[in-house]
Amino acid sequence: MESFFTRFKSELVLLAVLLAQVIGLALQVKRPQYGSREDGHHVRIARAWAAYTVTPIESVLKHSGGGIRGLWHNYIDLRHVRQHDKDLQYQIDQLRLHEAALAEDARQGQRLQRMLAFKQQYVGKTIAAQVVGTGGGDSSRIVTIDKGSADGLKPDMAVITPDGIVGKVRDVFAQSSQILLLNDPSSGAGVLLLTTRTRGILHGGPGGTLMITNLLPDDRIKAGESLITSGGDRVFPRGLPVGTVVSIKPDPEHQPYAIIAIKPASNLDRLEEVLIVTDVAEQLARTNTVADEADEAGKKAAEVVADRLPSLKDPNATPLKPGETAPVATLPKPPPALHTDRYSPGSIPAATSLQPGASNNELVTPPSRPNPTARPAEEQ
Amino acid sequence: MVRRFINRRELEEHHFHPAVLFAVPLGALFLHAYLPRIWAPLGILDLPLIVVLYFSVSWRSPIAGTLIGTAVGLLQDLPSNQYIGFNGMAKAAIGYAAASIGLKIDVENVITRAAMNFGFCLLQSALFFIIERFLLGDSTYALRWVHELLRAAINAALALPIFFLLDRTRMDE
Repeated sequence: MESFFTRFKSELVLLAVLLAQVIGLALQVKRPQYGSREDGHHVRIARAWAAYTVTPIESVLKHSGGGIRGLWHNYIDLRHVRQHDKDLQYQIDQLRLHEAALAEDARQGQRLQRMLAFKQQYVGKTIAAQVVGTGGGDSSRIVTIDKGSADGLKPDMAVITPDGIVGKVRDVFAQSSQILLLNDPSSGAGVLLLTTRTRGILHGGPGGTLMITNLLPDDRIKAGESLITSGGDRVFPRGLPVGTVVSIKPDPEHQPYAIIAIKPASNLDRLEEVLIVTDVAEQLARTNTVADEADEAGKKAAEVVADRLPSLKDPNATPLKPGETAPVATLPKPPPALHTDRYSPGSIPAATSLQPGASNNELVTPPSRPNPTARPAEEQ
Repeated sequence: MVRRFINRRELEEHHFHPAVLFAVPLGALFLHAYLPRIWAPLGILDLPLIVVLYFSVSWRSPIAGTLIGTAVGLLQDLPSNQYIGFNGMAKAAIGYAAASIGLKIDVENVITRAAMNFGFCLLQSALFFIIERFLLGDSTYALRWVHELLRAAINAALALPIFFLLDRTRMDE
């Protein structure tokens, strides 16, 4: 037996290592959806340690890299500066000619900006962050930003740029966060095709592509059609640009569905600064609570009516016991008509008593009721 | 004092300063995560794999190759969106195989090194496919063979100068 372990020591070590990792994988795979999952406690701690170790170095490198670039551009790469100076002077002269026209355009822009305020209010509060690193490799579409829970970030917050949506916050650490990009296979977003108003689910494909695979082929969907967020995923605010349709073709593996390839509006490979939408979830939650409040208000309507119309209150009514609901208030009866006619309530016999072809003589004019405002003759 | 070797394996085993063993894999892991931020296509480079291959064939110990492959692979999984163990399993198997091959062939030759890096890079892609498809049950995972061949060729070309630089960190020369 000893010789067996000695002889196959290397193979046994390999098997033990692989077996341990298979068990570790099995424990992680229990999550139903990886893209929006919460890591297990120990896994999250391990990832947090990696983030705490790597992010400061990446931040320092990013800033020092900027310094080196600045040194190069400002002090070393000064060739052709005189020629550039002449060119720039000519451009300034040209630009002055356009200045007057641009001033009018600026005033128009201010007006349009006020109109866009609605949209800005809809997006709500955002936090700007800088991309400092990636998840490594070309199979993991993750970037690291320099803002974390200390700045108010939480998992599943939407990440956008002025061009369009980027992804969502996946793991949040104290001073950094990981962003799951739209083109990761485990990512997803609810989208709306602008022309056809068709809703679909956008997700990442192989090689960092974007695609929609849950729609049937539709002749109306053309290349170049724009997509916006539908808001149905409860992550991205509705109406943000997503991208454009590149192509549509049948999905050979999942008939009769189609594969709609999408070109993202944001350049997901060259992200520098991003915005994290921090309060859209609260807005959506508020939208939900409005419906709940409406239901609640409807339930109490009868009680409010009863309070405001004392005549409907029964002074002899017994007070409600705990857990007992108030009786529904009944509508007050209309007062009797001063001058009755054929339209007065009760002046027309029931339809079941009428016969086809019979004369209308059967319509009995009800006896006129005494006018309560008229004084009796004997009193006059 | 002259060191005496008792067999060919010990003769061809190489030793490194502990700082090199610590700094080189961590540097490779860091660059692997940082370079795609500068230019996204650099994500095709797999510096951790090259480092695992180099140390595995240098030590010529399958156990050491397995352990360094596991360690580097697990550290590679941490900042990524992969399950922890995804790279760990693949690189453990590659470390073991590389060390086993290092015992049998001349891994100092440039052509051998290029072919070895090319082959193990493809093997890693195949292992990823097996893990995704059969262990993780992701039926949508597909290998893009042209991309994988391109990746293997680029990494094999990159491995040559890196191997040359790492050769200079050996303590026994």
